[in-house]
Amino acid sequence: MAAKAGPPLNSTLLIGLYRQMLILQHLEKRLMELSQQGILRGSLHLATGQEALPAGACSALKKEDAITVTYRGHGYVLAKGCDINRVVAEILGRRTGLCKGKGGKMHLTDIENGLLGANGIVGGGIATAVGAALSFHIDGADRIAMTVFGDGTLNQGATHEAMNMASLWKLPVIFLCENNLYAEMTPLSESAPVTELTKRMAAYDIRALRIDGNDVMAVRETVADARRRAVKGEGPTFIEAMTYRTCGHYQNDPGTAYRSKAEVAEWQEKSPITRLRQQLDESKVNGLKAIEDGAMKVVEDAIAFALASPEPNVSELKEDLFA
Amino acid sequence: MTSTFPQAINAALHAEMKRDKSVIVLGEDVGRFGGMFRCTEGLFKAFGEKRVWDTPISESGFIGIGLGAAMTGKRPVIELMFIDFSLVAMDQILNQIAKTHFMSGGNARAPMVIRTQGGGYKGAAAQHSQMLEALFLHVPGLKVVTPSNAADAKGLLTAAIRDENPVLFIEHKQLYSESGEVPEGEHFVPLGKAIVVRPGKDLTIVSYSFTLTLAIKAAEKLAAEGIDAEVIDLRTLNPLDWDTIAISVRKTHKLLIAHEAYGRCGFGADLAAQVQEKLFDELDAPILRVCGEDVPIPFAKVLEDASLPSVEKIVERARELA
Repeated sequence: MAAKAGPPLNSTLLIGLYRQMLILQHLEKRLMELSQQGILRGSLHLATGQEALPAGACSALKKEDAITVTYRGHGYVLAKGCDINRVVAEILGRRTGLCKGKGGKMHLTDIENGLLGANGIVGGGIATAVGAALSFHIDGADRIAMTVFGDGTLNQGATHEAMNMASLWKLPVIFLCENNLYAEMTPLSESAPVTELTKRMAAYDIRALRIDGNDVMAVRETVADARRRAVKGEGPTFIEAMTYRTCGHYQNDPGTAYRSKAEVAEWQEKSPITRLRQQLDESKVNGLKAIEDGAMKVVEDAIAFALASPEPNVSELKEDLFA
Repeated sequence: MTSTFPQAINAALHAEMKRDKSVIVLGEDVGRFGGMFRCTEGLFKAFGEKRVWDTPISESGFIGIGLGAAMTGKRPVIELMFIDFSLVAMDQILNQIAKTHFMSGGNARAPMVIRTQGGGYKGAAAQHSQMLEALFLHVPGLKVVTPSNAADAKGLLTAAIRDENPVLFIEHKQLYSESGEVPEGEHFVPLGKAIVVRPGKDLTIVSYSFTLTLAIKAAEKLAAEGIDAEVIDLRTLNPLDWDTIAISVRKTHKLLIAHEAYGRCGFGADLAAQVQEKLFDELDAPILRVCGEDVPIPFAKVLEDASLPSVEKIVERARELA
């Protein structure tokens, strides 16, 4: 993106967002290594290429706001303020993890920081977020809920039930849809006749916007505006953020069988991290090397913390079934 | 005072909503209309539209919304009009709600009640007559409550609303027309406590919900034949009051389990397995069951009656044991 004449960059803000995106990028690289080494159990769903979304969106939320995310939602978990050491410990099944090793990567939950849960079921957490919004609406609180999901989720029934009620009752909730053009391995165009997802919101009279999901500031500003409207009682906003997962669907999917190399390469060029870096360079922002080193260290420290943490005790197996 | 079963439910809802403003009610027709079975009558007028929510016909949606509200400080009481409709909301109930506390390592809670209604004998046919408690007992994480009378309905619902966990509260449609003495003012019956409703020495009949009322009538008939049956009302299926069952089996050495739900993989099958594992030496006879037949509930009266437990069926099985 060429630098345009306009207001000066808020370099502190941009550096913060850049750092958040770097942490996510480096963590994903390391988690993939740990998966390949057999240290990380189970499936691993990365979000390479989509880093602007968690960084931008969560920067527009308050700690008191609630979010629900997907099994690909670790970036939001970190950006929402959850402790990275405890997040990584949970991903590695340790007792020091957010959920004492009982939830794992797909079920990261941290009520303290407003994380009502990642989810293993596509569309499983949409109603949860709408329910949190109902709570905040009843209380008249300056709080909102945001639920993050992929384009595939719009083909799941539970999503529509929750959206209908959210709009009917003008609840303070943001529907952030990461449209990365593929639901697992199937292109959006083969899943739905209407691929411009904002159009589908007309059915519920939900305000709907399509934005460039790789533009971190656009994401931030759109979410911030949606938040302002939500707390004023103007109801939900649906944000269709166009992005692309340049990695595969999960650790054993190279992501090449259903997409052309050229298409992937084209989106790699549009990496939100590269793009923001160029913007910072063009604006002659200094000290980026230190930011990059710092982000790597945060990740390495978290992995070291997790690996040094004990596994849960077998005696804890049946604990936490009931409060 | 004498109350109908719905009036007892209604009294508990009124009292808990008054006591705790985090209690909210959601469901189909629960607000302005007062509920299909009149259980939520007057709540909308008393507590207003921020506390009583008429929802669209979206069971998955409003049960899931209940979870989000519960996780953020509310105590939702959701009316699910028929337990048969739970089947369109199973992801929310069993994958989300039941697992919330455990999956989060205890950092998230879901204090909510799903009040629902099941059971047959009314000509409501295959999709409005089932007792499906076994589905919810099979997956860990839910408490399951099955009152058999109006007083317990009030006391157990009060306990369910105050519980920190998700509770499935199953009312039986046959009981809605029953009346009984219900304590006035606060009435609390703890979850997980069964009650011996009729002491006896010859055999133990364990039951709950509407079938319990059949078991009591069966015990009276058996008494006329000189068979002294002890009848236990479980009241809560999870947590299960094992001690009350074990004390009785040690006394009578014979066990009959009676419930309306399907026998195959049902609650009775699981209880029978537990009893023979833990009390095999106490048993003088095989454990018998009276259950609903393993067919979809038929419509025609003669077929529906044949598919469900009756006083006669319980008497017959009890005679085999005694």
